[in-house]
Amino acid sequence: MSDSAGMRTTYLDCAASTPIRPSVLELMMPYLRDQYGNPSGAHRMARKARAAIDDSREQVAEAIGFSPHGIVFTSGGTESDNLGIKGFSDRPGFVMCPETEHHAVLHPVEVLGGKKVRVTDEGQVDLDHLSELLKSTTSLVSVMMVNNESGAICDLDKVAEVIEDISPGTLLHTDAVQAVNWVDIKKAAAKADLLSLSGHKFGAPKGVGVLALREGVTIQAQMLGGGQEAERRSGTHNTAGIVAFGAALMELTSSRDSEISRLTKERDRLVDGLLATIDRCAETVPRSSRSAGITQLVFEGIESEALLVLLERDNVMASAAASCASGAMEPSHVLAAMGMDRTAAAGSLRLSMGWCTESREIDVALKVIPKAVEQLRVSL
Amino acid sequence: MSKILVAMSGGVDSSVTAALLKNEGHEITGVTLKLWGGEQDKGCCSVSDVDDARRVAQQLDIDHFVFNYGDQFNKHVVQPYVDSHVAGMTPNPCIECNRHIKFDALVERSHRLGFDALATGHHVRLSGPDEGARLRRGADMEKDQSYVLYMLSSKDLAYLRFPVGDLSKEDVRKYATELGLRTADKPDSQDVCFITADNGREKFLAERVELHPGSLVDADGKVVGSVEAIELVTVGQRKGLDLGGNSGRSYAVAVDVPSRKVRVGNASELKSGSVALTDFSWAEAPFSGEVLAQTSAHGKPASGWLDANGTLTWDSKRQRVAAGQAVVFYHGDLVIGGAIAKQGALPEG
Repeated sequence: MSDSAGMRTTYLDCAASTPIRPSVLELMMPYLRDQYGNPSGAHRMARKARAAIDDSREQVAEAIGFSPHGIVFTSGGTESDNLGIKGFSDRPGFVMCPETEHHAVLHPVEVLGGKKVRVTDEGQVDLDHLSELLKSTTSLVSVMMVNNESGAICDLDKVAEVIEDISPGTLLHTDAVQAVNWVDIKKAAAKADLLSLSGHKFGAPKGVGVLALREGVTIQAQMLGGGQEAERRSGTHNTAGIVAFGAALMELTSSRDSEISRLTKERDRLVDGLLATIDRCAETVPRSSRSAGITQLVFEGIESEALLVLLERDNVMASAAASCASGAMEPSHVLAAMGMDRTAAAGSLRLSMGWCTESREIDVALKVIPKAVEQLRVSL
Repeated sequence: MSKILVAMSGGVDSSVTAALLKNEGHEITGVTLKLWGGEQDKGCCSVSDVDDARRVAQQLDIDHFVFNYGDQFNKHVVQPYVDSHVAGMTPNPCIECNRHIKFDALVERSHRLGFDALATGHHVRLSGPDEGARLRRGADMEKDQSYVLYMLSSKDLAYLRFPVGDLSKEDVRKYATELGLRTADKPDSQDVCFITADNGREKFLAERVELHPGSLVDADGKVVGSVEAIELVTVGQRKGLDLGGNSGRSYAVAVDVPSRKVRVGNASELKSGSVALTDFSWAEAPFSGEVLAQTSAHGKPASGWLDANGTLTWDSKRQRVAAGQAVVFYHGDLVIGGAIAKQGALPEG
């Protein structure tokens, strides 16, 4: 990829977003140009659009192991998480999630007065604390499958076991927005009752997501109107986006194993190279328990805001913790929950890969990152 | 051509600063500081101000970043502001923000990132060569901001640029209008950015510390009234002093939090011949002798004699300076240094 000045970009921010897969873009085009009928309508053009949506729904259901009836198309991961959690606000009991969830889960849980489960210093759900907080009155537990900052993979089956033991009536939601690239969702989320996905994390466009529901799971709609998506999410369908979502997910699913093996090698080359050349630098989560695509490093004595500016000068795009409304970096709540102090956490860098990542980008990063860290560590 | 970092607050002055330097052919990068995470009106760093700064940077086709100095702002500006009130003083948080954030943390980062200079939209001018640069009042006296930048040394100034200091505010706005910048007509920020108009200083402090009622005493030490929160009383204040409607025009003349007493008096008692100072900063070497001194951001300067013990004696009596306020010394329109008014004992009658 090149920028406007023709410089080749090194994009290591796939956990933030990925480009649309070229084949997927092709499949979208007819629905942006000619097939513009409203899928909820009655005429032929509407039916054509509706058929495309229903095709996508089946593709998604098949890829993640849910029933097509349970697939609710939304505007993205944040909406799916909100719908999955606030969709429980009409029933008694309380909701829960670990402290390291994405804000799209954390904030709805906080608004509903829910409880937060501690995590270990490696970012794993503290199952003892989960057991302690979990009551028969817990309506929903939401646990992210792959953490968007640290890449820590959660074993959802273990969480499901605790729920089964203590409160079998409690439902399990998982934000699988990052996980879908790195984990076979069909198997890993077999015990989840609700699951969120976002299209732009795997080569579909921004503005389309899915909340998947197991048979019998009902939620209170948050968006009211024309009753689309079986009364669960009103609003005219994003036909092209939904078509893209299904197509990209199919492409991802068929290439997942080979991509994981390709990118694991690249990840190891990148991280081993950086650790070998940069002092006082560490991974926040052990490789054995994190996804291939996300690496979070902390550099002692460095402020990530400054590091990102220098990396960008060499056309390397990466990120640190979450951005707030102003666009400023917020101190990472994930690292704080893992017990890291604020000064150390302020020196974090997230390097994330995806379907578009090329080997030459790793070569560039291996040259640019050590140089930038060195520049920032020079005493003035 | 230099690589210059421009601190863009989202106001018109810093917008024009970036535009002027870009026109001169420099390589400009904009940065907006996120300082305060709590509630606020439009101030130095609200989300809408960041949006404005970002939009201006887009219009000027320059890179723009947002740096979060929230922790440092809290440590060096907000907490000292609270502590200062608790001690019965009248702090100036904008000065502390300049001292610790803009012209310390940001300057350091700017150096590390390899910028040749940092520019801001303050209405001040530089005089003299880089090495011996001195701070001068801005060309527009109404908008002059040298008072809040008195802490900058010649060494600091050698790295700084203040291109709007040569312009009148009217010209700044005219230039922004010509460029079609969205900040052209934006009103100037006025108050402390982390205090909202709705809640005010009182609520802000009450959420953080315990406020205590106090007694109003006259020159003889006789209790003549009361005040709800002694921490909120400022020297020179008249409003909010409950004197039982019996003593005409009385002012707070001095505040002593430990004894919970506010000494009140008439307008003439509010005047003082001198002010004791501490925490001096100097542009170059320490100075004693004849100075012009200014005691508030847009106050009228007056002449006096600064002695080597840190006491400024006015040529003629002036309103008392509240403890915690900055006093800035000038020779003509050159800043030579500044200091903070000390807390003294309650003055006798």
